[in-house]
Amino acid sequence: MTDKKIILDIRNFSVSFEQYDKGFSRTGLPVIRNLDVTIHEGEMVAVVGSSGSGKSLLAHEILGILPYNATMGGELLYDGEILTKERQKALRGNEIVLVPQSTAFLDPLMKIGPQIRKGKKDRASREKLNEIFQGYHLKEEVQNLYPFELSGGMNRRVLVSTALMGNPRLVIADEPTPGLHMDMVRRVMSHFRELADRGAGVLLITHDLEQALEVADRVVVFYAGTTVEDADVSDFGSEEMLRHPYSRALFRALPQNGFQFIKGTQPYVKELPEGCPFGPRCEQCIEACKGEIPYREVRGGRVRCICAK
Amino acid sequence: MKEYFVFIGKHTIRMLLLVFFVSAAAFTLVSVSPIDPLQANVGQAAMGSMSQEQIAKLQAYWGVGEPPLHRFFSWAGDFFRGDMGVSLLYRQPVSRVIGVKLVNSLWLMAIAWLLSGMIGFVLGILAGLKEGSFVDRLVKGYSLLIASTPAFWLALVLLMIFAVWLKVLPIGLSVPIGVETGAVTVMDRIRHAILPAATLSITGIANITLHTREKMIEIMESDYVLFARARGESTWSIVKNHALRNVALPAMTLQFASISEIFGGSVLVEQTFSYPGLGQAAVTAGLGSDVPLLLGITVISALFVFGGNLIANILYGVIDPRIRRGGART
Repeated sequence: MTDKKIILDIRNFSVSFEQYDKGFSRTGLPVIRNLDVTIHEGEMVAVVGSSGSGKSLLAHEILGILPYNATMGGELLYDGEILTKERQKALRGNEIVLVPQSTAFLDPLMKIGPQIRKGKKDRASREKLNEIFQGYHLKEEVQNLYPFELSGGMNRRVLVSTALMGNPRLVIADEPTPGLHMDMVRRVMSHFRELADRGAGVLLITHDLEQALEVADRVVVFYAGTTVEDADVSDFGSEEMLRHPYSRALFRALPQNGFQFIKGTQPYVKELPEGCPFGPRCEQCIEACKGEIPYREVRGGRVRCICAK
Repeated sequence: MKEYFVFIGKHTIRMLLLVFFVSAAAFTLVSVSPIDPLQANVGQAAMGSMSQEQIAKLQAYWGVGEPPLHRFFSWAGDFFRGDMGVSLLYRQPVSRVIGVKLVNSLWLMAIAWLLSGMIGFVLGILAGLKEGSFVDRLVKGYSLLIASTPAFWLALVLLMIFAVWLKVLPIGLSVPIGVETGAVTVMDRIRHAILPAATLSITGIANITLHTREKMIEIMESDYVLFARARGESTWSIVKNHALRNVALPAMTLQFASISEIFGGSVLVEQTFSYPGLGQAAVTAGLGSDVPLLLGITVISALFVFGGNLIANILYGVIDPRIRRGGART
């Protein structure tokens, strides 16, 4: 993978929301504290974390569509250069595309065809859409339907089609398979795998580790606004290969590994502990875990844990 | 085809029930009102100089002493046969009185209805497009101010400015004083309608603006606008492709439902400007115990409002694909 070009490089990124407390005191709510993700061309990286860990915000920050009361820190590099607001504006929808969770993200009153073409009526965009639809075995009549008229099977293919109207080099899939049957999940995932095989970088945001392991090349484990580990999918073959105690806990929670769960819950942003966010639930937690924890290379992957060897 | 008959049947029954209850309610209110028709219309002094027979004759004319239920049902029976009765004050058939007054009021109300609808829609969209922006705060502030201003007070302020101080517009009525009916020009009528129509429009705008703004904010925060933005659509493209479409449906319902408010507002405004329309006739009929005229106006107004809501209902089905196509399927 390393010989391929890096398309997206997020380093030590943070997002916090400004919130009004009681009275007029303003507080920053650090929803994402330490986020590091690297995606190469043709690579599919899954960011896995439970709900409330700040995963969706990651997608929004790359696209530059976070609400105005959000402040960001750290570095966001796209294609080797800093991704500024202006670049985000120019690139989103064309080079950087988002595939949303469901058809609830489509305008209920606009027909599918014109909606995917963003209202454009010229011949080039019409032909391009017809081509994309053919590729996904969607009939041309589907373009005349409204979102509520789509069947469950069409939904996903239509949503993926929206991504192909541009020339995607980075595809962000935000929980693309909520509540779907496993067969369906495999089919949807195969669409994304296909995009990666054609050379685009794919960022898959999901809470389903099992799903991620099936299609992705690398898995980034996300916990309470922090990336704790960046591991190759093959590392999830056995517990010992993994580096962070939380990744190991996730591994043990998989059905084939005995469904074991650990005590406690992911802390809420306002009640984050000092240092390692996983500290209070970790058996190996020592005094030094309450200090600054570097993100370092261990055995070919990266981990944010001082105990990892 | 069967669905259409069911639809028509259902709404006809609804309309008949509405007319019945509205007229019954209006009649009950007139019957229990403390106004004595003789004292109100003939006057205490004139009654003192009348003989018993004359007073008895007048009492019979105004229906004093007759059992209310009997009065109501004899009116309802005639009304059902198409006879709205004779106005006691104007001494003309109620249908003719309403006809004349309605024409005066209608174009006043139509202007106000269209102006407030269009201006309110545009202002609401501009404000809701960016919640909290300067434009939003300006429009919202204006709307809240106007919404909390009584219509008659606004009418008086406009009268003071344009009729008393600047003397550019007439102070009241619908035609110039002391001019033959034949000599009244269209220009005269327009000049007399400007102030009442402006008052009605200004008060109507606030409501439509605030509702459109609310809906617009909701749309701009929706998932589909977020996705459109993620796909690189500009703000103008989002407004053109998504916002207008989605805000048009509720705005249309609001527009037709606002007929009732324009109707209600016109009563106050016509009274203030002494504009001889339906609203003023309603006030005169109420204060003068002219029961047939009052009931006639009540029923006509109820039908107008009912019609407005019905049109909104039908248009919704025609325009919203989820009802139009979804309904046909299930």
